[in-house]
Amino acid sequence: MEFSYGGQAHVAYPKDPQSVSDEDWAQYLFMRDNPKGLFLERWVHSQGCRRWFNMARHTVTHEIFATYKPGEPPPKAGQ
Amino acid sequence: MQRFSLLSLLQNSLSGHTDWKPFWRDAAPKPRYDAIIIGGGGHGLATAYYLAKNHGITNVAVLEKGWIGGGNTGRNTTIIRSNYLWNESGALYEHSLKLWEGLSDALNINLMFSQRGVINLAHNQADVRESIRRVEANRLNGIDAEWLTPEGVKAFCPIIDISRSARYPVLGATLQRRAGTARHDTVAWGYARAADSLGVDIIQNCEVTGILRENGRVTGVRTTRGTIQSDKVGVVAAGHTSVVASMADIRLPLQSHPLQALVSEPIKPIHPCVVMSNTVHVYLSQSDKGELVIGAGIDSFNSYSQRGSFHVIEHQMAALIELFPIFSRVRMLRTWGGIVDVCPDASPIVSKTPVKGLFLNCGWGTGGFKATPGSGWVFAHTIATGEPHPLNAAFSLDRFTSGALIDEHGAAAVAH
Repeated sequence: MEFSYGGQAHVAYPKDPQSVSDEDWAQYLFMRDNPKGLFLERWVHSQGCRRWFNMARHTVTHEIFATYKPGEPPPKAGQ
Repeated sequence: MQRFSLLSLLQNSLSGHTDWKPFWRDAAPKPRYDAIIIGGGGHGLATAYYLAKNHGITNVAVLEKGWIGGGNTGRNTTIIRSNYLWNESGALYEHSLKLWEGLSDALNINLMFSQRGVINLAHNQADVRESIRRVEANRLNGIDAEWLTPEGVKAFCPIIDISRSARYPVLGATLQRRAGTARHDTVAWGYARAADSLGVDIIQNCEVTGILRENGRVTGVRTTRGTIQSDKVGVVAAGHTSVVASMADIRLPLQSHPLQALVSEPIKPIHPCVVMSNTVHVYLSQSDKGELVIGAGIDSFNSYSQRGSFHVIEHQMAALIELFPIFSRVRMLRTWGGIVDVCPDASPIVSKTPVKGLFLNCGWGTGGFKATPGSGWVFAHTIATGEPHPLNAAFSLDRFTSGALIDEHGAAAVAH
């Protein structure tokens, strides 16, 4: 497949992993949003330029609202 | 409950089968219940049935946003087995399989439960090692399991291609003879009928829109058919569990994916068992109607669309023809998808939650059908007593914090 999936976007690695509680580590490692509707997620152009990017997509209609670079904030509604 | 027997069949045949009563009452929601089950699939209905049957809690409502048996219960490939690797999973799925073995009698309905045997193929040396390890683990847990050589596979399923020249040759397989299939939607109807006869209200077209809480404990639910009070609420919503749990501000390690299956045109009986292959990724049985029932993998991306991508079917057909060249000209009849809630360790969550009185039964991912009776059994115990049954204690939500995961990616059979 040309594109591969990378799951939820904007899940930041804890700044100081050594001091993170078990609960917060579980949040970082396992807990994920799973909305029925708009979802911000990571994709990689695995059979092309092999670069990662972020996408705003609807999880029922699969409509793609926006794509943007990793590290950039998600576009606001309407943009 | 109008019981099925030879006599009742004969009696009703005299009146042209026009006097049969509906399986369950079309109940309207009461203002208050002792327990509410959100989700009228097999697991939810089994939970309601065992709440009434095992724990004497009969003032129970099952709330279903669609219709009974219209979700994953009616969309799976009906495979039942218990050959899981770890002690915790083995015990839970084996309890379920033992319940299946007496379930048609218990529910007084023909579930067409057929212990025709399930084989899981190995196609490379890593598969072989993993499979034999699983066979030994199963035996230690009292679960029937055998290792078959390629010739043994051929003897058990003559239409399979075991030639060494295949791209992914069959190097052997595990066999569970007690495993098999059942008629999936009858399972939902049977549990609904039996639960209804014990006093459970089955309420269809009733979508939960909010979970009411006071001081950290649940007090009821808001629905499209009004507010319903209860001190105990069990969420059994499969692919929509995250959506329901978010109404109580609970975040889960679940991701919802489409899982597809398809059936061929009906053909004469030719396939005697269930064949599964993790590596080339297809699983196949033949229904009593003659259709080949073929399962595929999940789409990698999150979706609630109840439809899957075409490339998944293409891949699955390639695997099917690789294993069964005889089916190269069989035409496919129908394809469909369901939304499965996948856990990071490919094991379910049957658990208490941080909200008192609110319980979760989810994360069954791609293999929940086989667990229907056992899942209902232990979840009813969890709801009735407030504490997990010994069989589901390890399947708590806490395991993602403690790290005591139950990694069943090998035995779960559908690649996640």
